[in-house]
Amino acid sequence: MTIHEFLSPPVETARRTGPHDRIVLSSRVRLARNLRGMAFPGWAKKAERIKSLEVIRPAVESLPQLANAFSETMDNLGPLDKQILVERHLISREHAAKSAGSGLVLNKEESFCVMINEEDHLRMQALRPGLQLKQAWTAIDQMDTDLEKKLDYAFSPELGYLTACPTNLGTGIRVSAMLHLPGLVLAEQINQIISSVNKLGLAVRGLYGEGTEALGNVFQVSNQMTLGEMETEIVDRLNKVLQQIIEHEENARATLLEKKPKMVFNHIGRAYGILANTHIISSKETMNLLSLMRLGVDLEMFAGADRALIDELFVVTQPAHLQKQFTEKLAAEERDLLRADMLRERLRQVARPSPKLPGNAPGLLDKRN
Amino acid sequence: MLCMICKQNAAQVHLTQIVDDKIKKVDLCEECAKHKGVNDSPGFAIADLLLGLGAAQEMAQAGGGEEIKCPGCGFTQADFKKAGRLGCSQCYQSFAEGLESLLKTMHKGTKHVGKVPQALRQTRDLADRLKNLQKKLDKAVTEEDFEQAAGLRDEIKQTKDQIDHLVPGAKS
Repeated sequence: MTIHEFLSPPVETARRTGPHDRIVLSSRVRLARNLRGMAFPGWAKKAERIKSLEVIRPAVESLPQLANAFSETMDNLGPLDKQILVERHLISREHAAKSAGSGLVLNKEESFCVMINEEDHLRMQALRPGLQLKQAWTAIDQMDTDLEKKLDYAFSPELGYLTACPTNLGTGIRVSAMLHLPGLVLAEQINQIISSVNKLGLAVRGLYGEGTEALGNVFQVSNQMTLGEMETEIVDRLNKVLQQIIEHEENARATLLEKKPKMVFNHIGRAYGILANTHIISSKETMNLLSLMRLGVDLEMFAGADRALIDELFVVTQPAHLQKQFTEKLAAEERDLLRADMLRERLRQVARPSPKLPGNAPGLLDKRN
Repeated sequence: MLCMICKQNAAQVHLTQIVDDKIKKVDLCEECAKHKGVNDSPGFAIADLLLGLGAAQEMAQAGGGEEIKCPGCGFTQADFKKAGRLGCSQCYQSFAEGLESLLKTMHKGTKHVGKVPQALRQTRDLADRLKNLQKKLDKAVTEEDFEQAAGLRDEIKQTKDQIDHLVPGAKS
């Protein structure tokens, strides 16, 4: 079975729901582990990487959590398939660049995804929709406990799990959540939030992790420190911070609606106008406008649209997903035309946005201060 | 005062930075400072320097002016500076001295307090128990309570067997 046949179509994945999924798109806990007595993948020669892959892959495949999983070596995946996995946030860009000697094991629900020989021998991740960090931690902790019986981990009582990069040393844990924060961006409070989150020792990154832009008002918040703190403390701390960010985002939306409703409706209306009528559009512009439409759905401005439609479009309009629907190789300009065609077609079922104020607010929108 | 890096020219750039409530001082000559990006790069971190210096000290101790190489994988300090990643798990021992200050700046602590593999945890618990039993045995012997001592001896033997069973080949 190819990865394309294995992956659930975006129309299904967009329907997965979880707590607070209005703002928290997904939760992830990743553990980094390495084998004792073998060079880390970045330093190991190809033959040694293949050898470690041959040790790790069967052990991972035998886990009950990964029964009937998709398992493949990276050299057997085409560049397009790899890019699709990146767009789905299942593997890192770094892993997509790997070839022989690296592998991937992914379950059908896309709730577990194990990268073999990325930066470390093992990067296992538990993924959940919405805010479910604790559930993700419990799930990956169990998988790790099962796996340690089969593999000889590099572990030091002093330094913990030994990782290729000292930034992951100790617990090897990276707890992260993907957040949609259009309210804080429109209210121009996002930089303030980012800097206070940074002060707590947490990182805020863009859509595709390290060193990427916050396209579509999507931000990733994660822990940075991995040594000298328990996993559960890290999970709890992040959880608390996320609860606060959610509250700030909700407050920002409420305040905007109260103080500058026209500005908000203008953004959302224009976003719909362009997306529903465009003939040429880049993936970047699409994401930024879809983000505003998603906000509009949250504010109940779109009668015929639900969040799942927007979330699906968010995925299927990205370059690799778009390319996958056509056999011939598309240039960026051609993709921009086809993306526009798709958006016009899919948004035909969505009526123009009509501002609907929450019950407690007066119907007048034009109030000027 | 000589430059801490080249140890040849007079130090003219003096840097002080507080890392984890400790004052770290670095004295460099102009050339080395420039080379390290002290003057122009905003991304300059004293940790990077200290890391390099730690390795330099190690090198001096190792003698012969030869660069330290991890016996496990052949990785060198220069490789780390280039890649920002280590070669194998043994590198943490090989470059321990240079890494310590780096870890201090990066993490909350320098000692692991999180999850421990089960097998290791069990051996550790058993080792603790063994120590306890040994103490009790010594006490029983001094008090000439031979009946209890005999019981304790059996328990100690059992615990040792359990440890051997958990870690094949390991003698307690």
